[in-house]
Amino acid sequence: MASLIAGGVDCDVHPAVPHLTSLLPYLNDYWRDQVTTRGMVDLISQSYPQNSPITARPDWRPESGKPGESLADMQRHVLDPFQLSHAICNPLYGVQMVFSEDLQAAFCRALNEWLVKEWLDRDPRLRGSIVIPTQSVEKAVAEIERCATDRRFVQVLMLVMGDTPLGKRALWPIYEAAERLELPIGIHAGSAYHNPPTAVGWGSYHIEDYAGQAQAFQTQLTSLIVEGVFAKYPQLKMVMLESGVSWISPFLWRLHKFWRGVRMETPWVDRAPLEIVRSNIRFSLQPFDAPPDEATLIRLFDHMQSDELVLFSTDYPHWQFDGQEALPAGLTPDLVRKIMIDNPHATYPRLT
Amino acid sequence: MNIQFRESSEAASPLAVKTAIADCDIHPARATRAELYPYLAKRWQHHLEVYGVHAYQGMMEGPPYPKAQPNASRRDAYPPEGGPQGSSLSFMQKQLLNPNNVQLGVLNPLNTGQGIRNHELSAALCSAINDWQIDKWTSKDKRLKASIVVGNEDGLSAAAEIRERAGDKNFVQVLLLSRNVEPLGQRRYWPIYQAAEEAGLPVGVHAFGFGGNPITPSGWPSYYIEEMVGHSQCQQSALASLVLEGVFERFPKLKMVMIEAGFGWAPSLAWRLDKVWQRLRSEVPHVKRPPSEYIREQVWWTTQPMEDPERREDLFDVIKWIGWDRLLFATDYPHWDYDEPSRVLPAGVSEDDREAFYLGNAKKLYGIS
Repeated sequence: MASLIAGGVDCDVHPAVPHLTSLLPYLNDYWRDQVTTRGMVDLISQSYPQNSPITARPDWRPESGKPGESLADMQRHVLDPFQLSHAICNPLYGVQMVFSEDLQAAFCRALNEWLVKEWLDRDPRLRGSIVIPTQSVEKAVAEIERCATDRRFVQVLMLVMGDTPLGKRALWPIYEAAERLELPIGIHAGSAYHNPPTAVGWGSYHIEDYAGQAQAFQTQLTSLIVEGVFAKYPQLKMVMLESGVSWISPFLWRLHKFWRGVRMETPWVDRAPLEIVRSNIRFSLQPFDAPPDEATLIRLFDHMQSDELVLFSTDYPHWQFDGQEALPAGLTPDLVRKIMIDNPHATYPRLT
Repeated sequence: MNIQFRESSEAASPLAVKTAIADCDIHPARATRAELYPYLAKRWQHHLEVYGVHAYQGMMEGPPYPKAQPNASRRDAYPPEGGPQGSSLSFMQKQLLNPNNVQLGVLNPLNTGQGIRNHELSAALCSAINDWQIDKWTSKDKRLKASIVVGNEDGLSAAAEIRERAGDKNFVQVLLLSRNVEPLGQRRYWPIYQAAEEAGLPVGVHAFGFGGNPITPSGWPSYYIEEMVGHSQCQQSALASLVLEGVFERFPKLKMVMIEAGFGWAPSLAWRLDKVWQRLRSEVPHVKRPPSEYIREQVWWTTQPMEDPERREDLFDVIKWIGWDRLLFATDYPHWDYDEPSRVLPAGVSEDDREAFYLGNAKKLYGIS
């Protein structure tokens, strides 16, 4: 395995909301009353069932409570042993599943406030992602602007499977705000379950939902590129989080071929998809779906023809690797430095 | 991809490969809607005239995402006698089969009886298409072989159609499309796999189709290019479903062909499935071996549309990971994104691999001597 270096940035860690009641202090009287009167239950997404093996590494699973709900555990499991300078918190609490834009906006605001008070204020290494109520673009933009005054928010967070493809023009005000405020858009694995979790319908199993995340990322990259998001917002960075990495090059070869064939349909796409990805899209390292041999890894990185695409992540507390083996075997020391330090800093301007 | 290839007719194919090839994805078309009527009961002829096919999509005619070319086909492929591209045997012989020395051509009729909400009509149309393939194509040119088109949403009637055609040497595979009401591993489709396995026929899963699900897990996109690229994601999800529902475990002699959805994604998908299976196998105890093993043993891929890296040799890594013995050359004639046989493999491929890629793998899989 390649050697970790100190001072790295972990671009994908998941602090857990212990329970919906944990957000009550951050809701106003009306919403607090709604939650209690209507008996609303904890918002746990099917994307990550609490006891699923993938949801927490065995040695990162607490004796009680949700994996990732304790700051002390996160410090002990990743922040300290990986000698991180920063870790970016991407809360995966199931607020995206809510259909009401009002309720969703209240929950997102509470979640972001909770993150500040319970996490960012308690460890200077932590940075946050702004969770947004995508049922209303207007409210999403307002939440971005509200949170962005705190420079510890370094990113906006969206799920890879929502109501519409992410390139759709109706969502562009979100991207305008993000570009203006130096916030990359982080797109994380998971579904709002407002559409079937695969493009061929509902599978039977959790394992299908999880495996299918990679296909969801592929369709979103297509959408973002061909709708012209990066022609309109050239400074905007997007980070695919927990997306898998090994599918990137073959996917782009296909997209590139079709773009050459039918670019008359989307004439505003004025650069090749490969170039757009190299300048505007990044990917978190874990999970790294490839066999554990150096030769394959070297070929996979060579196919990308760029050492700037991948950002270090542990995906804590999800179970992607064991021990300290967050870096797949075969990475050169130069590439390790790029992945752990240089690429994250180049991607997140607010990381200082 | 060749909208420029307008000169590629018999007279102008200096680049055509000299050696024989198999073309594992040819799309024969009907010259007119009524061309099928001799094979359909009066009731269904009437039904089509009055109600149409009532598909799992909204358009009465044509696709919801307008194609890049009329009928998604080459503009130089209109037969001189009229009719849409791919509707004339003599012109297909002149433009595709003869100049490219196609020794085996596998027919995959599209826009047939699949993806139709009325399952009785679906079965009737599929049966008609199968008769039509024999009469119009395979009985008139021995190089051509047909696919048994089956009513995909009704597994039992589909299995009956397969059993009726089993043993008929005009047919070399069963044809499904990737997009259905449910992922292809679901139980409603198992009778199809059982019948195909019994008949010793591979099941080809061609990209496209309509099953009512948005073509992304995040809803409907805007553009034709998204649908086109998205077919490879549909195919990946369909294959994942087949593996994870245990179809390959339950039907160990079943062979499946992934048609016109690319193949570059295959290694990454197999690696990912292996990795998540290690973690989550307690949920799917019927999947007894690493997913990549089933895929390596029971799945083939047609080549068109070949992924197109900036550095062509990068694709060789991917082919090596899949296996040179698993790819079946295809042109997709007469569609506009046709892959020209002489241009898909650059120099540097061994003679054995080249022969397997262009012909040997297909003859072996489809049992053609």
